[in-house]
Amino acid sequence: MIPFQYVKPSKPKAAIDTVAKDQTAMFIAGGTNLVDLMKRGVMTPEKLVDINKLPLRKIERENGNVRIGALALNGAVAEDKLVMEKHPLLSQALNAGASAQLRNMATVGGNIMQRVRCPYFYDTAMPCNKREPGTGCGALQGFNRMHAIFGHSEKCIAVNPSDMNVALVALDAVVLVSGPKGDRKIPFAEFHRLPGDTPQIHTNLQQGELIMAVEIPENPYTKHVHYLKVRDRTSYAFALVSVAAALDMDGSTIKSARLAMGGVAHKPWRLNEAEQFLAGKTANEATFRQAAEIAMRGAKAFEHNKFKLQMGPNTIVQALKNAAGAV
Amino acid sequence: MDRVDSRQKVTGAAKYSAEYELPNMAHGILVGSTIAKGSIKSIDTKRAENAPGVLAVLHYQNSPKVPGYAQEAHPTEPKPAGKPLQVFIDNQIHFNDQPIAIVVADTLERAVYAARLVKVQYNVDEHATDFDKNVPKAFLPTAAKRNPKHGLNDYTRGKEDAYKNEALKIESEYVIPTEFHNPMELQSIIAHWEAADKLTVYDKTQAVIGTQNAFAKDWKIPVENVKVIATFVGGAFGNGLHTWPHETAAIIAAKKVNRPVKLMLTREQMFTMVGYRPHAWQKVGMSATKDGKITAITHEAIGQTSTYEEFTESTLQQTRMMYTSPNVTTRYRILPLDVSTPIWMRGPGEATGAFALESAMDEMAYVLGIDPLEFRLINHTDKDPEKNLPWSTKYLKEAMQMGAEQIGWSKRQLKPGQVKNGEWLVGYGMGVGTFGANRGRAKVKATLHKDGTLVMQSATTDIGPGTGTAMVQIAAQNLGLPPEKIVFELGSSLYPPSPSQGGSATVATVGSAVHAVCQTLKQRIAGMVAGNADTSFKGATVENLTFKDGYVSVTASPSARLSFADVLKQQNLPELEVTEESSPDASLRSKYSMYSFSVHFAEVQVHPLTGQVRVTNMVACADAGTIINAKTAGNQMIGGAVGGLGMALTEGGVIDHRFGRYVTKDFAEYHVPVHADAPNISAAFVNKPDLINNPNGTKGIGEIAIIGVAPAIANAIFNATGKRIRELPITPDKLMMV
Ligand SMILES: Cc1cc2nc3c(=O)[nH]c(=O)nc-3n(C[C@H](O)[C@H](O)[C@H](O)COP(=O)(O)OP(=O)(O)OC[C@H]3O[C@@H](n4cnc5c(N)ncnc54)[C@H](O)[C@@H]3O)c2cc1C
Ligand code: SF4
Repeated sequence: MIPFQYVKPSKPKAAIDTVAKDQTAMFIAGGTNLVDLMKRGVMTPEKLVDINKLPLRKIERENGNVRIGALALNGAVAEDKLVMEKHPLLSQALNAGASAQLRNMATVGGNIMQRVRCPYFYDTAMPCNKREPGTGCGALQGFNRMHAIFGHSEKCIAVNPSDMNVALVALDAVVLVSGPKGDRKIPFAEFHRLPGDTPQIHTNLQQGELIMAVEIPENPYTKHVHYLKVRDRTSYAFALVSVAAALDMDGSTIKSARLAMGGVAHKPWRLNEAEQFLAGKTANEATFRQAAEIAMRGAKAFEHNKFKLQMGPNTIVQALKNAAGAV
Repeated sequence: MDRVDSRQKVTGAAKYSAEYELPNMAHGILVGSTIAKGSIKSIDTKRAENAPGVLAVLHYQNSPKVPGYAQEAHPTEPKPAGKPLQVFIDNQIHFNDQPIAIVVADTLERAVYAARLVKVQYNVDEHATDFDKNVPKAFLPTAAKRNPKHGLNDYTRGKEDAYKNEALKIESEYVIPTEFHNPMELQSIIAHWEAADKLTVYDKTQAVIGTQNAFAKDWKIPVENVKVIATFVGGAFGNGLHTWPHETAAIIAAKKVNRPVKLMLTREQMFTMVGYRPHAWQKVGMSATKDGKITAITHEAIGQTSTYEEFTESTLQQTRMMYTSPNVTTRYRILPLDVSTPIWMRGPGEATGAFALESAMDEMAYVLGIDPLEFRLINHTDKDPEKNLPWSTKYLKEAMQMGAEQIGWSKRQLKPGQVKNGEWLVGYGMGVGTFGANRGRAKVKATLHKDGTLVMQSATTDIGPGTGTAMVQIAAQNLGLPPEKIVFELGSSLYPPSPSQGGSATVATVGSAVHAVCQTLKQRIAGMVAGNADTSFKGATVENLTFKDGYVSVTASPSARLSFADVLKQQNLPELEVTEESSPDASLRSKYSMYSFSVHFAEVQVHPLTGQVRVTNMVACADAGTIINAKTAGNQMIGGAVGGLGMALTEGGVIDHRFGRYVTKDFAEYHVPVHADAPNISAAFVNKPDLINNPNGTKGIGEIAIIGVAPAIANAIFNATGKRIRELPITPDKLMMV
C-alpha cells in the first residue's frame, strides 16, 4: 500500500476545503471503487478525506422532489419506500448493480463518481490515456468488447459502468454540489462528459466539489417502468447493454416516455429523439422497434463490440415491452 | 453423515496455509514481468530496497542459488517434457507476468508498496500468444514421439478417417478458451528454515509428498528434513498438483532474510502463475447409418502449452472407448506459445474433449433425426472397444435412465425452438462424461487407543471433497466403530505417504489403505481375544467374529462380547498401532477396463431478443461405484455442474496479443458463475460397487462431475434455439435471434 494521509471531518466545509486545497486529496465514501483502484496502483491519492461522518444520508421529499443524500447506501435507496413508490425505475437499476454486499457499502455519491471498468485502465502495465494521458488508448485496437458505441473519441472508448446513473439520467435528476466557490446544481445529463481529447477528466465536477445529494423531480413514471440489464452472468457483472425505460400510458397510448442506455457511452446515454418519437404512439412492438432504430442512429462499434449494434436496439425493444406490460 | 470438519470450516477454526502466524515472520510480494518474451536489460531495485521495512529484493542477479535446480527436478507426475520454470535463475522472460523478483518486508503493506518501486527495463523479443495464428507450429508431444505405445500417439481403429467417405456425416470444429481454476483460497506458502538444512512449509498444495520430495531435491537436503503442512486446502481444482515458482521464491527469500516468509499470490497472479486449462481447438468428423449406428469418428485436438514445458492431457481418450464405432481416428497435438504452462484443471482433458465429442453426438443425432439419448443408447458399448477388455463395472445406461426421468426428457421436442415459456425458448440437452477409475498406492497408520478411539494418519490432502469424512466412514464400516470415535489426520508429510490428490483417485487409493488397516486391526483383535478367559472366544478369527459399535463379539454366541478398549486393557496395551500399504493388483487391473461414468442433463431458457440464457434445471447422474457419503458425493456433482456451467456460459481468458498479456484477470472481467446462475441441481448415483477396482467398491467422482456438463448446456441451447455455438463461452452476444 502506498502511504497516504487519512482524515475524517464532520463538517462538509472542512471536507471541501481540504480537497480543494490539495490536488492529491480525494474524498472517500464506501471505498468500493477507490480502494480497488488504489490497490492496483491506478489512483494514488496522498490524502483521503473520509466523508462518512457528514450528515448526507437522508432520503426525503421536498416540494415534490425526492432528495437522496450523497451518502445514502445503494442498498438502502433501492429498498426505500419513497423511492420504490415514486421512482421504481431507480430502485430496479440499483438492484441490478454489483452484489448485495457491495450495495450495502456503496454510496450514491460514489456510484455517480465511479470510474470506468476498462481493463487497460486497471492495468498499469498497459497503455491508457485516461490513466496516463498520452500513452494511447489500449482498448481502441485491443479488446473492446465492453466498450462504447456512442460518443467515443480516438482517445478513449470506455463506458460509464453505473446502472444507477442510467436511471437517474432518464429521470432528469439533478446533482446538488457544494464547493469552495459555493453551491451549484448540475443536471444529470451534464454531469458526466464525453472523453474528447481529455479522457483523464472523468466528470464536470471540479476539484474540491462535494456531491451533497441528488434530486429527482416529481414525474408520472411510477408504473410502467423497466430497467433491463443484459450481462455475461445473471448477477454481479457489468452491463453489456442496459436500458432504462419509463412510460406514461393512457390505455395503450404512450403519453410520454423516458429512455436511456448504459454500457454504450462514456456517460449514461439519454435517448431524447426516441422518447419524442414514442410520445403519442400506440405501444406495440413495431413502435418500439422504430424507436430503437432512432435511438441507434450514429452508433459506431469496434472490433469486439459490434454485437452491441444489435443488442442495443433489441434491449430497447424488450425493455419497452416490459415497461408497457408492467403494472 | 456430516463432514467431520464442517464445524471447523464454518467457525473459522480451520487453518489454511496463509493463516499461520510464525514469530518474526516477513512478507514477500512477487514482481511480474510486463512483457511476454525477451530478457531483462536492467533491474533497478534501489528505491525498493530503501523503502521502509524492506529486508531484501531478490532477482536473478542476487538471488541465493537453489543447489538442485541443475537437476531439473519436476514435481508433477508424469514429468512433462521440457524444463520447469526456475525462478531468479537468468534474465530470460518466457511469459507475461513471469515472477522476476521478490520483495521481502516486515509487513505485507510495506512489501506491496516497495514492489511497485522496482523498475525493470527489457530487451523485447517478438512474442507469439495468438493460438489461431500459430496453429501450424503444433506438434506431436515428445512423450509420444519417444514411445510409439504412448497414449498420446495418433490412434486408428479400423480405417483412418473413414467418416469422410460416408453419406450421413457431420464435421465440426470446437474451441474452448483458456480457463482458470480460481479456487477461493489464493495460492500461498509460508517458508520457514528451522535450521540451515531443515525446511518447513505451510503450503497450499494437493501433493504433500510430491512437494516434500521436490523441495528436498531443490535444496539437496534429506527428504525427512522437509516438512510440508497442508491441513486445510481451500479448493484447488488441479492447480495445487504442481510446485510453482512462487513457492521456491518464498523459500529462497526465507533463506536470504533468515526469517519465515509468507507469500500469498494476488488474484491477478492466480491467472498467470499457477496454471490453467489450456485453450484448445478440436475437430470431430462422424458418420452413422440411417438407423443410428456410428460408423466412424475422427477426433483431432490441439492444446496450448508453454515454450518451456510440454503440457499434455488426455483430451481424446473418451472418443476411443465411449461408443461402439468400428472406425476411430484420434490425433493430438500441442502448440507452444509464450505463455505460462497449463496444469490439469478439473476433468483435465476429458472435459475439453467431451465438449467436442458430446456436441458432435448431438449434431449427428439431429442429422439422423434420432433422439440424442436414443442415439447414445444405440451406440452404447458393453466392452471397451479400445482395449478390447470387459469393463470392471459400467452402469451408464442406468444413470441415463435416472437422469432422463428427473429432467423430464420426454417434454423435449426433437425439433429446435418448439417449446416456449412466455418469450423464452426452452431446450433440453445432455452430455456424457467419463474418467479413468484410477487407483494408486497409499499407506495409512492407524492407532487404536485404550479408550477405544481410533486415529488414522496419511499424507493425503483434502482440497474440498471431504476426504477425511470418507475415510472415517470407511473405517467405521470396516472396523465396526462409531464414526465419532474415529479421527483421520491428513495434510502433513509426517504421516505415511499418499499420492497427490488428483485424478479422482483419493477414495479408491487411500480408502483401500484404510480398508487394509482395518482388516489388520481386526485380525490383531481376533488374535488377542482368541486367548480370552471366556472360552466362547476360543478359535476366534475375523470370520467368526462380529465387529460392531466398538465391540467384538462371537457371531455364534453374541453374549461373548468385549469392547475394543477392554481388549487392549486385557492385553495391557496402551494402544494398538498398525500401518498398512495398499496398492492395486496390476494383474487384475490388466484384465479389465476401469472407468467412472456420468451423464448430465440441462434445461435452459434463451431469450431470443437479448440472448440471455438461464439454466433452469440440471440433473447429474453418475456410475461412480459405491457412494461412501451421499452428501459429499452430491456436493462434488453439484460443484462440478456449476463449474461446467461456467465453462459453457461465462468463463474465458482473453489475451491482448499485441502485449501478450491477459485483459481478464480479476473476478470482474473473468466471470465464474454466481449463485443466481446456478439453478436447482440434483445429483443421483447408481451406487453399485466396483469390487474389481478396490475393496470398498468406489470409483472417482470429482472429475466426471464436470465432464460432459458444458456440452449438455450447449446442446440444450441448440434445442431451444437451433443455434449451434461451437466456441465457448456461450455469452448473450452469440445468441440473439433477431
Ligand atoms: C466487483 C464490483 C462489481 C460492481 N458491479 C457494479 C454494477 O454491476 N453496476 C454498478 O452500477 N456498479 C457496480 N459496481 C460499482 C459500485 O457501484 C461502485 O463501486 C460504488 O457505487 C462506489 O461507491 P462508493 O461509495 O464505494 O465510492 P468510493 O469508492 O468511496 O468513491 C468512488 C469515487 O467517488 C468519489 N466520491 C465519493 N463520494 C463522493 C461525493 N459525495 N462527492 C464527490 N465525490 C465523491 C471518490 O472520491 C471516488 O473518486 C461494482 C463494484 C465492484 C467492486
Ligand atoms: S478506453 Fe479509455 S480507459 Fe480504456 S484504455 Fe482507452 S483511454 Fe484508457
